[in-house]
Amino acid sequence: MALTKEERQKLYAQAKQLRNDIVDVTSWAGGAHIGGGLSVIDILTILYFKYLRIDPKNPCWEDRDRLVLSKGHAAVAYVPVLARRGFFNVEEMKTFNKFKSPFGMHPDSKKVCGCDASTGSLGHGLPMAVGMALGARVLGKDIKVYCVLGDGECNEGSIWEALMAAAQFKLTNLITIIDRNRLMIDGPTEKVMGVEPLPDKLKAFGMEVVTVDGHDMDGLSEGIDKALAGKEKPVVVLANTVKGKGVNFMEDQVPWHYGSIDAALKEKAHGSIEKMYEAILKGVSS
Amino acid sequence: MTEGTGTTWTCYDAATMTAREIYGRVLAEMGKTNPSIVGLSADLAKSTSISFFEKAHPTRFFNVGIAEQNLMGIAAGMAKMGLIPFASTFAVFASMRAAEQVRTDICYQNLPVKIIATHGGISFGAAGTTHHCTEDIAIMRSFANMTVIIPADGTETANAVRACVDLPGPVYIRVGRGFEPPFYESADYGFQIGKAKTVQDGSDLAIITCGIGVLQSVEAARTLKEADGLSVRVINMHTIKPIDSDAIMKALTDTRRIITVEEHNTLSGLGSAVADVIAESGKGCAFRKLGLPDVYSEVGYPEDLYAHYKLDANGIIDTIREVMKIEFEEDEDWEDEV
Ligand SMILES: Cc1ncc(C[n+]2csc(CCOP(=O)(O)OP(=O)(O)O)c2C)c(N)n1
Repeated sequence: MALTKEERQKLYAQAKQLRNDIVDVTSWAGGAHIGGGLSVIDILTILYFKYLRIDPKNPCWEDRDRLVLSKGHAAVAYVPVLARRGFFNVEEMKTFNKFKSPFGMHPDSKKVCGCDASTGSLGHGLPMAVGMALGARVLGKDIKVYCVLGDGECNEGSIWEALMAAAQFKLTNLITIIDRNRLMIDGPTEKVMGVEPLPDKLKAFGMEVVTVDGHDMDGLSEGIDKALAGKEKPVVVLANTVKGKGVNFMEDQVPWHYGSIDAALKEKAHGSIEKMYEAILKGVSS
Repeated sequence: MTEGTGTTWTCYDAATMTAREIYGRVLAEMGKTNPSIVGLSADLAKSTSISFFEKAHPTRFFNVGIAEQNLMGIAAGMAKMGLIPFASTFAVFASMRAAEQVRTDICYQNLPVKIIATHGGISFGAAGTTHHCTEDIAIMRSFANMTVIIPADGTETANAVRACVDLPGPVYIRVGRGFEPPFYESADYGFQIGKAKTVQDGSDLAIITCGIGVLQSVEAARTLKEADGLSVRVINMHTIKPIDSDAIMKALTDTRRIITVEEHNTLSGLGSAVADVIAESGKGCAFRKLGLPDVYSEVGYPEDLYAHYKLDANGIIDTIREVMKIEFEEDEDWEDEV
């Protein structure tokens, strides 16, 4: 179902707050995977604030939907999402990266309330998500499993092994979303180890592919709706994104895969986010 | 130690350069005189500093993308063609994601692939367990044909990287993330693969260690000399396999008190390798292993983690004071025990 005006406003406002959180956490933590955090935040926002059937008051609710952040280095985005969704106190994020904090560069499901799987080693998340989707089927439960991948991560053979299995087992309760920001650590994906033609490859592996603008809430919503309506083949939502989105000096910049920011850069980053949302929020309220 | 190019690694200021940066530069330099050397990484060329080699020898470097199993398989294939591949990724991925490729493709066929793994141990602090590696000594030393080296610092990394090319078989060298302080002031201390270095002599107790443990142990030994009047020997067991049994046996007979210090699970690392030698000798001694006590590591800055797991000088001092309390029966015939 198309987004209502209220939903749209709420989602963009939420994403704005989360982008600011990502900047804050990066500065508290002394450094973070901020580029890939900013590219994936709209995807996580719509999942956690519209789609996921979860109950932060009952985080271990057995029938909840599951989410596996396969690109686990985006914990800098994931932790604020879980905090703002009510899994723990927002103030706790200040401990990020500090000694014995539950929050490090990669999410630990044993320590982070609301996190369904420990990730950080790329290529592990999708196989675990396939297992969860299969598990839900065995248990006869209507549970959706969402898995968020990086595009560089799609270099890993295990991703393709998992896709093959998802198609073989017709896992329509598995919704895979790829954050296609076109950059990895050593450079642009197509320069380091190309994944194109990605839609064709995914289709050849038995997936249905929906391509969307990963920063457009309506586009994301349409894509996820299509995935949820899938009856035969598992759906991959290919979300075109920009690494560093919202912080102008980080956008599409390879070195901002991981970085730290001082007070001046922090202020600049917040300013850039403010500016981007001025236009967006005006647009969605008219 | 001068290369044909006229440059020496010592021109790199070891005090300001990380071990992995020194590795990258040394490898780039070695590539000039040895055309058989090729470089490989898995989207961690910059992070492991093998990018220095890439820049110097672009046609002999291959980035395989985020695909560590493929990395090791390709390295094996290139070695089969007579080349000497240096493959670099983080220690956790080299030793675990690609473990079977390392074992079956590289070690089983006894190929001269040199795996230079960075961000070893808990040196990647805040990245947490997914990026820590406290199992690699156990894994790598269980592969027949493999040589396992953990240098004390950047200077020793340079020595190890230079020396490993001449070995006909596979080598695994683990270095840290790079913010570890240097230990050696000069490269000319006689580094030799398989030969431990006694960096400080002593007769009351011996510390057998590797990697960051060397500097911390020497600091601990200094404090114990001043405060407790203890004479502590510090052995840099940079090569864990093949282990220098002679150095261990000498420490055993001279001191009868040994502790091991390593950035690894204590169940199966350097301490266990040392314990094997001691047990097989039939001679007893007071013995403790410092490391991670079979747990997954916490998140935090490395220095906090080292202190937490008693891998810093203070932790070593505490442990030694405990071990010194253990009383021995004076045994005239100890030398004759089985
Ligand atoms: C198995 C594995 N190999 C290497 C890494 C190191 N690493 C962390 S992030 C990253 C690049 C990821 O690229 P991509 O999936 O495109 O993520 P994004 O650009 O969205 O941050 C790499 C290689 C890792 N975490 N796991």
